Amino acid sequence: MNKSYLRDENSAARLLRIKAGLRRRYLVEKVFKSVGVVAILSALAMLAVLFISITGKGYSAFQQTFIRLDVKFDPSLIDPDQSGDAEVLSRADYGGLVKKSLREMFPEVKQRRQKKDLYSLASSGAFFQLREMVMADPDLIGTEQRIWVPADDDVDMLVKGHIQADSEGSGRIKPHTIHWINTLKEQGALEMRFNRVLFTNGDSREPELAGIWGAVVGSFYTLLVTLLLSFPLGVATAVYLEEFAPQNIWTDIIEVNINNLAAVPSIVFGLLGLAVFLNFFGLPRSAPMVGGLVLTLMTLPTIIIASRASLKSVPPSIREGALGVGASKMQAVTDHVLPLAMPGMLTGTIIGMARALGETAPLLMIGMVAFIVDIPTGIFDKATALPVQIYLWADSPERAFVERTSAAIIILLAFLLVMNAVAVVLRKKFERRW
Amino acid sequence: MNNLVLLTVIILLSSVGYFLGKRRTEKSVKGNIRTLHSLPGYYGLYIAFWCGLPAVLVFLLWMAFQSSVITSLVISDLPREFQSLPEDRLSLVFNDILNIASGAISHEQIDQALLEAVDHYNRLKSTGFAALLAVVLSVCLAGLGISLRKIKPDMPARAIVERAIRLLMILCSTIAIFTTIGIVLSVLFEAIRFFQQIAFTDFIFGMHWSPQMAIREDQVGAAGSFGMIPLLTGTLMISAIAMLVAVPVGLMSAIYMSEYAAERVRTVAKPVLEILAGIPTVVYGFFAALTVAPFIREFGSDMGLDVSSESALAAGLVMGIMIIPFVSSLSDDVIKAVPQSLRDASLGVGATQSETIIRVVVPAALPGIVGSILLAVSRAVGETMIVVMAAGLTANLTANPLQAVTTFTVQIVTLLIGDQEFDSAKTLAAFALGLVLFVMTLVLNIVALYVVRRYREQYE
Amino acid sequence: MRAPEESLKTVGTPILEKNVKISCRDVNVYYGTKQAIKDLSVDIAEREVTAFIGPSGCGKSTFLRCFNRMNDTIKDCKVTGEIIIDDENIYDKKIDAVLLRARIGMVFQKPNPFPKSIYQNVAYGPRIHGLATNKAELDDIVIGSLEKAGLFNEVKDQLEHPGTSLSGGQQQRLCIARAISVQPELILMDEPCSALDPIATGKIEELINELRKNYTIIIVTHSMQQAARVSQRTAFFHLGGLIEVGDTKKIFVNPEHRLTQDYITGRYG
Repeated sequence: MNKSYLRDENSAARLLRIKAGLRRRYLVEKVFKSVGVVAILSALAMLAVLFISITGKGYSAFQQTFIRLDVKFDPSLIDPDQSGDAEVLSRADYGGLVKKSLREMFPEVKQRRQKKDLYSLASSGAFFQLREMVMADPDLIGTEQRIWVPADDDVDMLVKGHIQADSEGSGRIKPHTIHWINTLKEQGALEMRFNRVLFTNGDSREPELAGIWGAVVGSFYTLLVTLLLSFPLGVATAVYLEEFAPQNIWTDIIEVNINNLAAVPSIVFGLLGLAVFLNFFGLPRSAPMVGGLVLTLMTLPTIIIASRASLKSVPPSIREGALGVGASKMQAVTDHVLPLAMPGMLTGTIIGMARALGETAPLLMIGMVAFIVDIPTGIFDKATALPVQIYLWADSPERAFVERTSAAIIILLAFLLVMNAVAVVLRKKFERRW
Repeated sequence: MNNLVLLTVIILLSSVGYFLGKRRTEKSVKGNIRTLHSLPGYYGLYIAFWCGLPAVLVFLLWMAFQSSVITSLVISDLPREFQSLPEDRLSLVFNDILNIASGAISHEQIDQALLEAVDHYNRLKSTGFAALLAVVLSVCLAGLGISLRKIKPDMPARAIVERAIRLLMILCSTIAIFTTIGIVLSVLFEAIRFFQQIAFTDFIFGMHWSPQMAIREDQVGAAGSFGMIPLLTGTLMISAIAMLVAVPVGLMSAIYMSEYAAERVRTVAKPVLEILAGIPTVVYGFFAALTVAPFIREFGSDMGLDVSSESALAAGLVMGIMIIPFVSSLSDDVIKAVPQSLRDASLGVGATQSETIIRVVVPAALPGIVGSILLAVSRAVGETMIVVMAAGLTANLTANPLQAVTTFTVQIVTLLIGDQEFDSAKTLAAFALGLVLFVMTLVLNIVALYVVRRYREQYE
Repeated sequence: MRAPEESLKTVGTPILEKNVKISCRDVNVYYGTKQAIKDLSVDIAEREVTAFIGPSGCGKSTFLRCFNRMNDTIKDCKVTGEIIIDDENIYDKKIDAVLLRARIGMVFQKPNPFPKSIYQNVAYGPRIHGLATNKAELDDIVIGSLEKAGLFNEVKDQLEHPGTSLSGGQQQRLCIARAISVQPELILMDEPCSALDPIATGKIEELINELRKNYTIIIVTHSMQQAARVSQRTAFFHLGGLIEVGDTKKIFVNPEHRLTQDYITGRYG
């Protein structure tokens, strides 16, 4: 065997050899390191693009174009017999009042088709607004009031610059409409105001009347059910598995099950909800109750895993100390271990809740995707949830829904941010090193 | 609401039981609680459990079956002409009844028979509630009475109460198992019903997917076709695109974070990356459909390419972004598990840091990395909202990522959204797809968890 | 008895007249604000085994890791003073740590073969440094190193088996083979036998005796018997300071310093 190489080559020559390769090796090092930096930066850039594109699309939805109308509450149109009857008042032709007021602003409009365009400047919501005013205060009848009503979504979009006017007049916005809008602007009868409706209304087909409140309430009820079920169940399971369960096959099966459930696609939980809760047990469709049940099953693994980690971090000396003074195992756990593990469990629960709040797919399966205008008042009412509302609006063709979808996303992300911040604060505050 | 009141009553009665039990034990030993076997509170709890638990159990069982019992009772009392209707029409009729009962439909112009059924329904509901009230309250009071008599100073109340709590905890921990069983059974049963209508092999190997069933019997293509291959290829293509984005970016980020980054950088960058994982998928879907897809389409047409507005590329890219933190945090864990001594050994013979990472750390962590990639694939396969919003509906059998493809999850959602008849092949097909999806992700998860666990044991 | 502050001054023969491989002057090592090595000056002789002994936490391992700048990889670790190997201060800015480590092999406390084949383990160093231009040369290096580490005969039929499949002692010898595969001038051993049984330990000690002919070796050890068996010079460390250094025989038979005496006779440590 030839071993001359090992013996003979002197160390200087060997070092030269190594030196010769060094430049290339350091280049590789540099490239590799910068690839790492590029990877992180690109991930962060994607996050930035996501946020910028959504805020860029959504911020304008917090404002809405309003038109000032001088409305004469003509008694002959509202309550010709002066009966003062609520039934009569509620059935009066308030749309006619709006139209009349618009006509008076632009007396030159005569053609029928143009008139129709003129009427469509104001939102159909103006009708309800007037009715509410009169119902609340019948003394308004006979007076003339200066009121601000929301503009139609097309007008709103045009004013915000999201759609361009069509010069040929074939599109949705015609030249004469633009002329009217400009006139209104000059008169100070057109203004951007805070879009309160977005926060107080339920869903609507009209973008300018659509709000997220119904979805927020629906999400609230759904999460309430989820929290009330998943927290006690999750904590009890974690405590049992961590503190009491014997090491046997049964426990192993439960553990494997929990780990697997954590990775089952959420839509499969939706199928479970549909087949079991709706079809087998006959619970009502679209109800936060069912949504809460499905999300409970989904978030349980998260809560259990977090709670177990939290219990594990409580040092055995605490248990031994309690057992040493004669407490039963149950007392040691409830009086000493649980309070120490509670912050960790709460953190895990909040994170699980945050995930449940953003979950959409399983709710689609159990019918929480319906068009629901009313604000739900209980866990058995028909309802939708915030992320589902986003999905529904994202599917709507109206241009005005794009900005409202983005605004709803901003609101959803704000909720999530708050929840996660609470979790982080909780973790920091109770972080303990033994 | 009535049910909530009932539950509150049960809880109130239990608390009354608690105090009664506590007081009675204390009295029975004339305040000398040292002679008791357990603290008085345990006697109270003993009573409270006896009072509350059986009642709640009865309540839950009742709730679970009430509506199906009422449904069948109402339907069996309907006039013959309704009874002879096919099942799906019948369920529509029943829906009407429910709507009338809840006042969603006004009473005018409704069939007299239906009105009677509504009356019947309402009667059943109120009798049902009355019966429930009676049963639950009597169970409650019976428990209270029996247990109050049973308590004696020398009774080991603590042991009994603790045993009961333990039993409750065991029950809670079996929920995970029941969930899995529930998933398997619900998906499997409907899938089997589907396979009674459509041959299993046609489904698994069929190259054609167009589930539109004819409304009239004589319509063209009345049968619809249910071959899942185009869905499979679509799912795999979108997942592959996602992994092409997520694996390099996620893995390199993890390597940089754990091997190079200064502590300060890590404490900032890591949580920021995790934000990506916390963003709801519906947001990604919106982003994909309204920002990325048009961008790619425009970019493609500038390059002279024909890009579909629902291209697989857009959905895949965005899904990849979503999965980046998933890959990076899992890989971070496995890279951290590689013992420092291996790095030291490599640096000790004069390797540079990148050589150490490429030749020692990554190969040593490879099983774990593969495991985490498998978990990420399973996440991609089961992801729903991004593809529902950004991928197509038509099942194209294509390898071109610029075209629209559809996935399992998209089809499940489209088949099940809106009103469905629960027996049509179309609806059942969704469950068959769900079964395939569940099996696919389950296999991926089990393999991945097994690989990762083996890997961890290696270095423990 | 000496006064305590006086007692931490090095006694014995820290500075050598001739045959010097490494000379350390005023070396200090800090971990953050904590000082691990205090003003240490000592020479290491060429082609000899020098043993570092002392109670746990006395800084002997930290000091050992200064010689191949492994402390660089630890965050907030700062080294001051001079460590001169062959007329070069290795803490000079011009010195390349990669090149330095190619000249200095290291064997660690626990055997740490890579999760690769035996062959790949030994070939790792030569490969990254580009020492072999073809497969035959690489084979030569691998086989030669394994022979020098006294392992070749035991593993010659299983070069493709994973290095981790060997027994603990074999693994450690594999690590020694890996260290000498790049033909270092100096081998640092950080308690190489602490994880091994007596028989494996005996083999490694034999090997150290053999390697001494070609290499300068520094070994950190917990076992005074081992130091006595394998080393020619011994340095005793205490609380980050060098207490006494000199011929192994002298240290063990007739220690000058009270602390050394106490440690060797097993009164503390």
